[in-house]
Amino acid sequence: MPDEEQPRDNKAGAATKTKPRPEPETDRPSSGPASWLPSIKVTVASIVLALLVGAVLILVSDRQVIESFRYFFSYPWDAFRNSGQAIGESYSSLVSGSVGSWSAISATLERAAPLICAGLAVTLAFRAGLFNIGAQGQLIVGAVCAGYVGFHYDLPPVVHVLTALLAGLAGGAVWGGVIGVLKARTGAHEVITTIMLNYVAAALLTYLLTKESFQQPGSNNPRSEKVDATATFPSIFGVHSGIVLALLAAVGVWWLLERSTVGFELRAVGANADAGRTAGMSVAKVYTTAMIVAGLLAGLAGTQQVLGHQDSLTASFGGSIGFDAITVALLGRATPLGTVLAGLLFGALSTGGLAMQAGAASTPLALTQVLQALIVLFVAAPALVKAVFRFRESDNGGAVMAKGWNS
Amino acid sequence: MSTVTSLRTPDATDTVRDPAEMQRRVKLTVTLLLVSAIIFYFWWTIDDEQVFYLLSGERTRDTVPGEISTHPVTLTCGIVVLVAAVAAALGLMRHGATTLISMLVVGLAFLLCFVVWAYSDLDVAFKPWITNPLPGTFAVATPLVLGALAGCLCERAGVINVAIEGQFLAGAFFASVVASLTYSAGAGLLGGIIAGIGISAMLALFSIRYLVNQVVLGVVLVVFAQGLTNFLLDQIPNDATIKAYLNEPPKLQDIAIPGLSDIPLIGEAMFDQTILVYLMYAAVVFVTFVMFETRWGLRVRAVGEHPKAADTVGIKVRRIRWQAVLLAGVFAGLGGAYYTVGSTGSFDKNASSGNGFIALAAVIMGRWHPLWATFAALFFGLMSSLRNQLSLVDKIPSELLTMTPYLATVVAVAGFVGRVRPPAADGEPYVKS
Repeated sequence: MPDEEQPRDNKAGAATKTKPRPEPETDRPSSGPASWLPSIKVTVASIVLALLVGAVLILVSDRQVIESFRYFFSYPWDAFRNSGQAIGESYSSLVSGSVGSWSAISATLERAAPLICAGLAVTLAFRAGLFNIGAQGQLIVGAVCAGYVGFHYDLPPVVHVLTALLAGLAGGAVWGGVIGVLKARTGAHEVITTIMLNYVAAALLTYLLTKESFQQPGSNNPRSEKVDATATFPSIFGVHSGIVLALLAAVGVWWLLERSTVGFELRAVGANADAGRTAGMSVAKVYTTAMIVAGLLAGLAGTQQVLGHQDSLTASFGGSIGFDAITVALLGRATPLGTVLAGLLFGALSTGGLAMQAGAASTPLALTQVLQALIVLFVAAPALVKAVFRFRESDNGGAVMAKGWNS
Repeated sequence: MSTVTSLRTPDATDTVRDPAEMQRRVKLTVTLLLVSAIIFYFWWTIDDEQVFYLLSGERTRDTVPGEISTHPVTLTCGIVVLVAAVAAALGLMRHGATTLISMLVVGLAFLLCFVVWAYSDLDVAFKPWITNPLPGTFAVATPLVLGALAGCLCERAGVINVAIEGQFLAGAFFASVVASLTYSAGAGLLGGIIAGIGISAMLALFSIRYLVNQVVLGVVLVVFAQGLTNFLLDQIPNDATIKAYLNEPPKLQDIAIPGLSDIPLIGEAMFDQTILVYLMYAAVVFVTFVMFETRWGLRVRAVGEHPKAADTVGIKVRRIRWQAVLLAGVFAGLGGAYYTVGSTGSFDKNASSGNGFIALAAVIMGRWHPLWATFAALFFGLMSSLRNQLSLVDKIPSELLTMTPYLATVVAVAGFVGRVRPPAADGEPYVKS
């Protein structure tokens, strides 16, 4: 992708020319692999901008503030004080709820782990020129397989968790592979098939939850048994080790994309399928491989949802992870490292959002959704951010894959 | 489709020994044989002599239902499909209108037998009657068609619109609020349109002015619209009197068109509907006409296929794209309004429940053509309608039935639509160099 090969002295040159101005990112001379510094700058600026818009929404949602704005002209101090208080309370609970304490950090990490894995699933497919909206379905199938092995079989401790994990990976890979095979053999557009298979997976889950072998004994609720203790991920400092798996997966994806032949073919086909075909690559094989690996990664995200904390399967255990994963991958500019960082950020935002809702200002949870959308939007529109903050840089700050549907 | 036909060899007796053609023939034959086998299985296993159907009106004590004799009907259908299979094996099924029609016949025959099978041999005292699936089809398909039209307009102009779901949500929410404030469902439609245009304006601004990747942008706008509508919904206090002003809109009333609404089978489904459904018909005609018969439409397609060439002959690429995207917002906003004032009334979180993405699928399945996209949406609507109908019958677990429309779409896409070609410049921002 273009942002990795940009000239690195661009930033340093620009910084000397501009007047000293409160910039959101440090002016460190670009040392080491600093080509990503400008894009970090844009990202941080985007977050600041999004938080500013969020502050306006907080004001609108706070009744006290609105009351005090009624008599703004007679006593403006009240309005300012209340506004400041509302924004301060909301954002401080956002921060303290996500990284303020070890328990908050561990919640953030556990929230981030599946987001990272599913985000990697989207990232990988993206690099092959496929738009994988289907992480949700792959995640559900993966979790169903992992969960079933987790609660149905009695196996020795280490073997059990590994088998369950493998089952989850396999389930996700199959669900993703179907899309790859359909795309490769019949040309069925992956956007359609992934959307449809998401619904199919959700229906499959609800169906299975009506079956006795999936339900808790003596209960008719659509809720499965809890997975056995032997099948759960071991915890490290109170965080389940899924986050380690997620990071390993990110390294694996990086290696696959940047250092392996398969990854080269994948990127080549993603950049230009016709050129890849002309160069003798099998586009069908690339699509299939990409979707299988993507499904595998999404399946890993699914296993974390069930095996992380000895959970049971319910109809809604997946939440909207598969969908959030798309935003995560896009925020991470479809690179493994970016996806990890974006996943951490989104994990923090969603745990912090819960704290914000429970906090003194009781800001609606939906605000974090708006924040997430705005951050990605601003990151994707570097021209806008630069116009607002008056950055003077000629590079594009990492415009993401300006491409359309790949047919 | 017809242009493809005419490019092929017109001589039907000419036997093409192209391996791809042979493979296609074998596949088609096997598929048709499978379908006929399933139908014969139905014929073999059904014990009931008759099933009853009622295509219009309410079921009362005195209603006399129609009767379908199960065995003759399934047998006939099976033979028809078998004949089609033989025709396919002999290589008579080429690309062309006849093939399309015969495939349609096969599909309908299969659906009929499936429904008959599902309604027969039920172990219940009060036997359900087969009802007309068409009203349900239009209920599901109306917003999908409107969304798909919006998608076609945007994408033909070269702007990918993944944000149809976002437009639906915004349209649904503001339609509800405006209709509640004004006590008028019609004004609600206007509110929906304005909200749809609002999201469209964001789409246009960021994709055309700020060159944001359009797939990213679409996804983001969906999240944004979800967040915004949820946020605003949370702002409406849980107080009945205030709620009545903000989120309890009047619903659109059905208007029966005299004469047309009395047509058997389709009259009630198509011509005894709300104004929104009629607007949908008009929109299909309008978009198709504008896109293919007017100068502006030609320009839209030109900037979507080859913006540079269009620019060279003096077309303002960005302006045309802006216009197309904003116009698309009108239709998507109307589609969104269906989910509040058009059907259930007040707005709930995620009112459109992912249907915007199905509209997007319809756009792609319909090969970016408004008419074909409409058919794709109707196909999905029919499948959903049958699903809803059959879930009242206890033959197949309803949880499994839930997935049928989606599976049917996958089968249709993989089996019959195949590789599609988007507008050449779809998703590529135009920068004048």
